[in-house]
Amino acid sequence: MTSDTSASSVGLVTAEKILIEKPLTLACGVVLPSHELMVETYGTLNADKSNALLICHALSGSHHAAGVYADGEKPGWWDSYIGPGKAMDTNRFFIVSLNNIGSCFGSTGPTTINPESGKPWGADFPVLRARDWVESQRLLMEHLGIQRWAAVIGGSLGGMQAMRWALEHPDKLANSIVIASSMKLTAQNIAFNELARRAIQSDPDFCDGNYLENNTAPRRGLALARMIGHVTYLSDELMGQKFGRELRSGTFTQGEAAPIEFQIESYLNYQGEKFSGDFDANAYILITKMLDYFDLSREYQNDPVQAFSHASCDFLVVAFSSDWRFSPQRSREITDALIAAGKNVSFAEIDSDQGHDAFLLPNPRYQQVLGNYLSKVADKLEGAA
Amino acid sequence: MNQAESTRQINDSIHSWVAPNSRVLDLGCGDGTLLAQLQKDLDIRGYGLEIDPDSINQCVAKGVNVVEQDLNKGMANFADNSFDTVIMTQALQAMRFPHLVLDEMLRIGTQCVITFPNFGHWKARAYLTFRGRMPVTKQLAYEWYDTPNIHFFTYSDFEALCRERNIKILRKQFVGEHFLDRQLKNLWPNLFAETAVYHLSK
Repeated sequence: MTSDTSASSVGLVTAEKILIEKPLTLACGVVLPSHELMVETYGTLNADKSNALLICHALSGSHHAAGVYADGEKPGWWDSYIGPGKAMDTNRFFIVSLNNIGSCFGSTGPTTINPESGKPWGADFPVLRARDWVESQRLLMEHLGIQRWAAVIGGSLGGMQAMRWALEHPDKLANSIVIASSMKLTAQNIAFNELARRAIQSDPDFCDGNYLENNTAPRRGLALARMIGHVTYLSDELMGQKFGRELRSGTFTQGEAAPIEFQIESYLNYQGEKFSGDFDANAYILITKMLDYFDLSREYQNDPVQAFSHASCDFLVVAFSSDWRFSPQRSREITDALIAAGKNVSFAEIDSDQGHDAFLLPNPRYQQVLGNYLSKVADKLEGAA
Repeated sequence: MNQAESTRQINDSIHSWVAPNSRVLDLGCGDGTLLAQLQKDLDIRGYGLEIDPDSINQCVAKGVNVVEQDLNKGMANFADNSFDTVIMTQALQAMRFPHLVLDEMLRIGTQCVITFPNFGHWKARAYLTFRGRMPVTKQLAYEWYDTPNIHFFTYSDFEALCRERNIKILRKQFVGEHFLDRQLKNLWPNLFAETAVYHLSK
């Protein structure tokens, strides 16, 4: 199947650009007559098209969730969990991973051309909500001829989409897997997002969001935004272990005047710099707002139990002990509401010192829980086939 | 009679006291065996609470709803009368405050089913009397310094607690393995029943 040396990697993958020709009406009222989605798939769709999993990415994710490209770049962002014999087993499931609209990895978004103006959308790209991503994913589902997802899976903002799917299209998914997520952001969480947006907007190169026309980019602002975000995705404990007070350069010896740089400073600057070259500032603003606006039960009288009573799928909820951006308590609230609504749900709080980023990183217990759950899903499918 | 047989007897009692299609909460559900059986036989909507990662994995593998939750930290997240039956098997003796757990069970459930090892069983009594050491038996299989069982109590103690807190004992069934126990467990349960199953309500 692949030329990759690792037995449990999906190996070489290629992305496909899919044109969705049906109009997409966004929550803000704007209609996109058509839109393009970058899509990767792993594994094989079975004859009755019942073994499809949908991967929903988070703030900075892309369609490249697993495997490697021919140019040898680093593996997909969820490669630890997708592959033959892995938790999302490509021997049993057909896995669909897309880059959502408003992002910047080739799908319709701020960096693509607005057909009406002939210029990049830039800051004019319509405001998005998680439900818009779900609706676009539903059109992709139709395009692929899939009637029902075996599971919709996502972490963080991805988990919000997995929950929204369960409420909007109850008959179109059998399982919703919600990882390190929340039914709505806390004030503190929105505050961190606003710090990030302000950092971008304060960069003179931002040009009110029209930087592409001016052949520039607010890289310093975007780097700072990412640095703020990155700190909140890690735990105090992990940063202490990884960097402590280690110096990258300089010394505290008396009589020495060379500038001092801590390892953590160097690391954060590197992460910010790298991200600012890979991501688009308008997309960052758009998607952080999407996170802020999400409120699962807003149109259900602000009652999560009432909201979840519309779901008919089963749920797995996973949280990580040191995640303070999407704390385990948020996942417990999801679980409690699901139980009160009489839905099937399991919840695991995985011990980890990796903070919010834990949902992306290898962890044996997380792998087992997710693997066991999905293996049961596959057993049911294969038993019914 | 072996231990598997007594487990079967306990499970039979629980089965006969749980209504089909009802909502069941199993506190300290272990690997989910009981819930899986109740799901299969009575089509209940069951949830287990558990803190052991391996047990949680096994529940998930069985397709049993399991929620990671430490019972000692309370169960305030469950509404009054939100379950038909709340079950706790062989775990009350490991709770920090058994009387409060009992109150919580009766707040959350319309009825409760509870089983625990009887410290008043003759084997435990004989162990302590003749060896002068805390009993280490099949039922109480831990050394005193390293045991999850932090409260030792007998059926008489338990029934006294129920009277004190106005808890109704609807039914009870005694289980014993030893031939002597099988003859005498109903006559003098506090001495001859190793395990009993209590069916309680407010």
